[in-house]
Amino acid sequence: MTVAGIDVGSKFTKVVILNDSKEILGYSNIRTGIDHHKTVEEAIKEALKKADLTRDDINKYVATGFGKISVPFADSEITQVVAAGKGAYFVWPTARTVIEVGAEESRAVKVGEDGNIKDFALADKCAAGAGSFVDAMVRYLEVPLEEFGRISLEAKESVPMNAQCVIFAESEVVSLLHANYPKPEISRAIHDAIADRVASIARRVGIEDDVLLIGGLANDIGFIDSMKRELGTEVYVPDKIAPELVPALGAAIAEL
Amino acid sequence: MVTIQESEYWKWPETVWVDESKNWREAEVISCGIDLGSVSSQVVLMLDGELYAYSNLRTGSSSSESVDKALKSVLEKIGDMKMEDIHYIVGTGYGRVSIPFAHKTITEIACHGRGANYIYGPSVRTVLDMGGQDLKAIKIDHRGKVVNFLMNDKCAAGTGRGIEVVADLLSIPITEVGPLSLKVYPDDEPEPVSTTCIVFGKSEILGLIRKGWPKERILAAFFRSVATRVVELLERVGVEPEFAITGGISKNPGVVVRVQDMLGIKALESKYDPQLAGAVGAALFGRALYLKSKK
Repeated sequence: MTVAGIDVGSKFTKVVILNDSKEILGYSNIRTGIDHHKTVEEAIKEALKKADLTRDDINKYVATGFGKISVPFADSEITQVVAAGKGAYFVWPTARTVIEVGAEESRAVKVGEDGNIKDFALADKCAAGAGSFVDAMVRYLEVPLEEFGRISLEAKESVPMNAQCVIFAESEVVSLLHANYPKPEISRAIHDAIADRVASIARRVGIEDDVLLIGGLANDIGFIDSMKRELGTEVYVPDKIAPELVPALGAAIAEL
Repeated sequence: MVTIQESEYWKWPETVWVDESKNWREAEVISCGIDLGSVSSQVVLMLDGELYAYSNLRTGSSSSESVDKALKSVLEKIGDMKMEDIHYIVGTGYGRVSIPFAHKTITEIACHGRGANYIYGPSVRTVLDMGGQDLKAIKIDHRGKVVNFLMNDKCAAGTGRGIEVVADLLSIPITEVGPLSLKVYPDDEPEPVSTTCIVFGKSEILGLIRKGWPKERILAAFFRSVATRVVELLERVGVEPEFAITGGISKNPGVVVRVQDMLGIKALESKYDPQLAGAVGAALFGRALYLKSKK
């Protein structure tokens, strides 16, 4: 059997195609457009191309993500929590605390030794603990997104950010720039602020090693570093697959 | 340094005013209240506890320069008054520590309570201060003394800054967003914007623009969500009539009308500018402190 997991996120739509032996045959990751149905079609097409398959080869479709209703042909739907937990257990079996930070949401999922989900906590009301924070800030710092995480590691000191709200943080970042703080210090201040919010969600389920970070922000090494400091423990990132693909992978696994 | 090109729809008009019928030389005590807010700064001059002159300007990137400018503009408007003629200066607001020449600083909660008592009269019991970066629900007694308060200063939702962001997004001057939103009120009022967060609200509003919603409908949905948030805060502190609104958003009928209707209580009206409440309260405290020091 061949299964496609489709994760329709607020910023990106991801597809992962798996076979019976849980091998990843193909995947895709494209920006979620205004028309979700069209985005889903394009994402599937791209993943099929990579897998060298056609739609006839897919036996089942599983949808997840905030836009999962935009996959009307899905054979089943699963919640983002289950998708994150299942995907994380597959890529990192020793992960007990899974932290996912997406563009507009973050969540923490506690996974048992058997892979079952024991607890979870969500934050989707405020941009301060989500990837959108980074999006809003890079334009003020005038550094490319790829640079933004790296320069954070060069910071020599911690500059506190008082603002919790992204809107207020924008003004604060502008003030820091005018006060001539170097960009690495400001980058670290922003990463620390997000990590502070995300960690408080994770603490609600309890921190237990291994801690695995997934979702788009897990690509940001500055954020990983801030999370390590904030939690005081090692924080891992999937090594077999891009961290943002884990929930789509989890969705596919759910049907196998 | 960074230059960010942004439209300036958020800019509200500044005012400087003097009561020409009064002569400051006849006053026994000239007190000054300065409310240095995150978005606006007010300077109020009072003659023996009566409003005489004020300025209401936008706070610039430097707090101390903004204070100097606001004070200077009032003195210039009066013409012959000098800084030394002022007996007592009280600073308040978010930037009150940046007023080096203030004799004393007092929290904005206390000043808004006292100022609302002057502006709206002694019957006011609940004051809603809607400012640039925070939202406060204050309960006061008949003398304007604070009995209880609650505030939101962690989140831009429901603040002036949040409204500015939306005004810019829709390219509508800040003074027009409120009246425009009332065009569909109450018969054609849409569901409120579903997200509290302004960052997410921006995405949601962009979605509504793409759907072809007219601007007045989008604004109605946005102000409905602002009003809901404000009413939640008020209900936590407990609304007791009479009720008054101070701060910059009190000039936004899009918020005021919806809040009033949701509460079922009409806010008091005043001949004075409700944005002055903090500075008026500070000036009144200044007068009292000066008289006390003379005893």
